[in-house]
Amino acid sequence: MTSKNPNYDFKWCPGCGDFGVRRAVEWALTARNEKFETRMQDHVIVAGIGCSGNLVHLMESIEQPYGIHGIHGRSLPIAMGVKSANPQLNVMIVAGDGDFLSIGMEHIGPQANRNLDITAIIMDNGVYGLTKGQSSPTTQLGVVTSSTPFGKIEGAVQPLAYYLEIGVTFIASHYSSKPRELAALIEEAMEHRGFSIVHVISPCTTYNDTYEELKGNKRKGIEPGIFGLPDGYDPTDKAQAVELLKDPRIPLGLVYREERPTLDQAYGAIAGKANSVTAEKILATYAI
Amino acid sequence: MDKRDFIVRFAGEANVVTATEALASAAASAGYHVYTFATFPSQILGGPIWTQIRISTSPVTSQGDYPDLLVAFNEYGYVHHIPELRPGGVTIYNLKEFELPDDGKSFGIDVEALAKEVGNPRATNFVIVGAIAQEIGLDLDDIRRFNKAKYTRGRPNDEQIISSNDAAVDLGAQAARDSGIHLDDIAAPIPPDYEQIMIESSDAIGIGAMAAGLNYYVGYPISPATKILVWMESRLLGKDHFVHQVSSEIESINALIGASYAGRKVMTATSGPGLSLMSEGLGLAWMAEIPLVVVNVQRGGPATGLPTKTEQSDLFACIHPAHGDVKLPIIAPGDLEECIFGAARALNWAERYQGPVILISEMVLSERKQNIPMPDLSRIRVEERQVYSGENGYRRYEAAEMSPMPLPGGPGAYIANGSEHDEFGDTTHLAEVHVHGTQRRFSKLNLLNDGDYEEINPEASVVMMPWGGTKGPAREAFEFLQERGVDIGWFYTMYLHPLPEGALDILQSKELVIVPELNFQGQWSALLRMDRVRAESITQYTGLPFKAGALADRIETMVRQHQEGNVPA
Repeated sequence: MTSKNPNYDFKWCPGCGDFGVRRAVEWALTARNEKFETRMQDHVIVAGIGCSGNLVHLMESIEQPYGIHGIHGRSLPIAMGVKSANPQLNVMIVAGDGDFLSIGMEHIGPQANRNLDITAIIMDNGVYGLTKGQSSPTTQLGVVTSSTPFGKIEGAVQPLAYYLEIGVTFIASHYSSKPRELAALIEEAMEHRGFSIVHVISPCTTYNDTYEELKGNKRKGIEPGIFGLPDGYDPTDKAQAVELLKDPRIPLGLVYREERPTLDQAYGAIAGKANSVTAEKILATYAI
Repeated sequence: MDKRDFIVRFAGEANVVTATEALASAAASAGYHVYTFATFPSQILGGPIWTQIRISTSPVTSQGDYPDLLVAFNEYGYVHHIPELRPGGVTIYNLKEFELPDDGKSFGIDVEALAKEVGNPRATNFVIVGAIAQEIGLDLDDIRRFNKAKYTRGRPNDEQIISSNDAAVDLGAQAARDSGIHLDDIAAPIPPDYEQIMIESSDAIGIGAMAAGLNYYVGYPISPATKILVWMESRLLGKDHFVHQVSSEIESINALIGASYAGRKVMTATSGPGLSLMSEGLGLAWMAEIPLVVVNVQRGGPATGLPTKTEQSDLFACIHPAHGDVKLPIIAPGDLEECIFGAARALNWAERYQGPVILISEMVLSERKQNIPMPDLSRIRVEERQVYSGENGYRRYEAAEMSPMPLPGGPGAYIANGSEHDEFGDTTHLAEVHVHGTQRRFSKLNLLNDGDYEEINPEASVVMMPWGGTKGPAREAFEFLQERGVDIGWFYTMYLHPLPEGALDILQSKELVIVPELNFQGQWSALLRMDRVRAESITQYTGLPFKAGALADRIETMVRQHQEGNVPA
């Protein structure tokens, strides 16, 4: 149920991190429209399947952008289709850790390789929330979930290190409780020419409530699980990024950025050279 | 009287393909009607390949049943194909590989030695073509003309290649004369008084799709559909066109969905395993109402199956590719002209009803080269999708059936949703919304009943109804049956779903509809029975097409059984 559509029959649990991410996305799109004189209809949001993908239906403070709420794990190839069809559009993905890093993992490499010019906002809650609490790729080793009753026997995927290794050209990391900072990162990600991922830890209050682990609790002696980037950190230096990601905590900010031709730039360079040929002209070449 | 129809079979390895093409092109440019067939194993080089070419003074619809001439490049090829040679036929074999006793029906040529003699080891094909031309009385000048046209490429060694090929033709012809064995002379061609093209189906599909406005193609290599990707990569170019090889069929179908949503006319081509991977995406395109075309070039299945053999066993998978209540439009061209116009219609259908359309081709079509009259592309009436141009706040899915589609960048932003959705595209599980959505999606199929059909002998109570690539051999079988006086009608359409307006009434009125098809389950007759048509299949699942003569025999038997009251239908 949303303010504009009472028929819509989905809602996030109270305290869900995705509320903060939604707010950040709304702010970032609004700021982008102001800066580049675009309209909401110039954005396409491709949503994964999971709690997070519902963000595309839940815009409250802005006009509805275009959206595709497709099939599980395939937001990247759908986004590739949109962007390669019309490079003028601003294309964003909203998906969760299950959708993006488990079933959808096979699509990250090819898009990184192509440097597809889109922005993926990944809401990582370390669990499958919509299906009620199974383990996800980012669930930690040993954690008991409904599908790992004796504790998870596989280690957690390290998404940021993976993105870096596989060639994503803009990697940012944050968490859902700071929507202003997150919005600024998303804006920067959208301005980056190439494949940008903003990986957001967005806790699930029902199945994997990690707010305390993230923010810390002095009284209980829990150190914060997040940390700011060190002074003088240079996100264009891959060696520094590699070093940074050895820290098991969640960095807040832009981890890595590199400039490389995008798919549409590379394709445009070829397509610009070739002349269109009509079916009639091609047919004539088969004459005997 | 001179013979009007020759069938030449080549059995050997990769070299047979180029020899077939050379002979086909030469005969076609001389004014004959040619029709080629090829079948080979799934590997880069080597392995048993065979090809067949039919050369005729009048148009033909199949590759022909039994060869008049067998060209065996190795002993394996000879042993496997000699049983099919028609009585009185002749074998030419490669003397370097094996030798046959002098039986007056065969002779050997050391093809490679003769090619070396003319100073061009690559001229082996021309040695063979020269020998064949001599055997069937084809004018050697026709071969020379083809050679000159083909190898005049503006390169410094053109002249050298052309003259050595000509010399190779002469040596091959001389060897055939020396053998003292002569088959028959082919009748003089009746050169058509109309313009012609020589084409294969993948190119025909590409041309038809482009004529209908295709401007976006992505694909992934898979036999036997790869040719369409390769064709597109060097032709669908220039401003506002996009063609790209992606990383899987899952990427293909989902990229098509994104691109079509953004306003492109989109297509991909694949084969069985790729179609399976596209299953969920096709369901999404149906659910979210996204126009797109998938060409499925059938091969033998299931799983990896028979990647380079022909079969018509994907019909169920094409019409019901996805889970849930889905039934996709199907166009299945049966000849090369239909590949052009069927592909164009598939794009038009997709844009018109806003959903996925499957164009079914098959290996036997894909590997066929044939000369056909120059198609008139002006017959193609290009249809554009209805685009929304009103205010924002649009209720995209509210209407009972069709509604204009907003395009990103324009007004009417909405969510294309794979979950059941209300008029805005927002997810809902309300019963009345699912009822409305399901009915809306099926009712749009009513917009697609504009296909046409062929009917011969409409009074007959028993008809044969082939589909797809079986059309050709079935048509030849039908002619045999008519010559034999069997009372049978012919009904054919490439528009399998939805059927052309009126077609179902005709089919339901028949006592028996006989469906020859290349699969085990009798898939098309089963679908017809679901529509209350008394249909029975004649099946074959050898990886090869029907032979017209044998098919005619089986149909005649079924007609007789029916007359005796012994066919279940």
